[in-house]
Amino acid sequence: MAADSKGTANPHPRPLSPHLQVYRLPMLAILSITHRATGVGLAVGTLMLVCWLVAAANGEAAFNSVNGFLGSAIGRLLLFGWSVALFFHLANGIRHLFWDAVMGFEIRSAENSGWAVIAFTAVATLLAWSIGLAVAGGN
Amino acid sequence: MAEFSLPANSKVHAGKAWPAPSGARRTKTFRIYRWDPDKGANPQVDSYTIDLDKTAPMVLDALIKIKNEIDPTLTFRRSCREGVCGSCAMNIDGTNTLACTKAIADCEGDVKIYPLPHMPVIKDLVPDLTQAYAQLRSVEPWLKSETPPPDRERPQSPAERQKLDGLWECILCFCCSTSCPSYWWNGDRYLGPAILLQAYRWIADTRDEATGERLDNLEDPFRLYRCHTIMNCTKTCPKGLNPAKAIGEIKKLMVARK
Repeated sequence: MAADSKGTANPHPRPLSPHLQVYRLPMLAILSITHRATGVGLAVGTLMLVCWLVAAANGEAAFNSVNGFLGSAIGRLLLFGWSVALFFHLANGIRHLFWDAVMGFEIRSAENSGWAVIAFTAVATLLAWSIGLAVAGGN
Repeated sequence: MAEFSLPANSKVHAGKAWPAPSGARRTKTFRIYRWDPDKGANPQVDSYTIDLDKTAPMVLDALIKIKNEIDPTLTFRRSCREGVCGSCAMNIDGTNTLACTKAIADCEGDVKIYPLPHMPVIKDLVPDLTQAYAQLRSVEPWLKSETPPPDRERPQSPAERQKLDGLWECILCFCCSTSCPSYWWNGDRYLGPAILLQAYRWIADTRDEATGERLDNLEDPFRLYRCHTIMNCTKTCPKGLNPAKAIGEIKKLMVARK
């Protein structure tokens, strides 16, 4: 039983007011949680990179099977997600460096830098993939 | 550990609906969180449809009208009705703000009103702020000085005084702290934007001589560094202040003094 402010036993403990259920998250908050999510995604993606390198060190057969998976539709989707996460996390990390220097804290500039991060992510991802596909010739 | 859903006793149920008065031409529905400590039931959302032609413009005006004319059990804090006391802070239309400075016309559709988020509810829209006030006390929000007090005021240059602009205006409504997901998940150990802005108000004060001690008190993985620059605080502040920036200044001072 919870006690109220007068110290008497209260049979009905105070409820917790709604939070995520009712709060309309602004664009800045959504970018912030995306930064966290892409960070987690990158950690998982790095495991994939390690698998690829270990397979390469283990000889042709192992490499071919991992490389084959990465070249498949699912593998490419994962790689695409990983590259989006990489470019987003990179650009947003630089945004955090400016904040560490106490720059860009006004709402207007924080939102502008947020849009810049989104734009950079889109352009860099498309650029990386078009170069990658052109060089690899879709193989 | 962050808990994203509400505990069983806090889940919100559908409540009572009060229809529009007859003959009303311009109506608006207010969907308001209700919890009565004497009932022993879960919180519920009651809806009140009122005649806008007979209501003054602000959300607080509507709340007062509902309490006076429809349902006297509706409970909320209010005092100055002009944005200087901070009493009527609540979550309106998905954002924390002061009911007295929020225009009804700025709310699209039904006006949804909840208490400040992730706080223990005393009744209806009244949250328990005991912990927030205890946290405020922990930053010792008063002038601390070693030098003997002068016989007159402690003078500041206009430039020194200017450092307090954007800080002294805080009315401690806690809109910012209760908008902050970090404060939601770690409010027992993280001080939250309102308190950290207050802490910086004294760090920035050139008359205060306890800056080092104040920074020592904040040098903690939770008290200060749970701020991840989510910026909900600055976005929601009804006074247009920038707690996120004040926290950034503190973090910068922490690095600079190393």
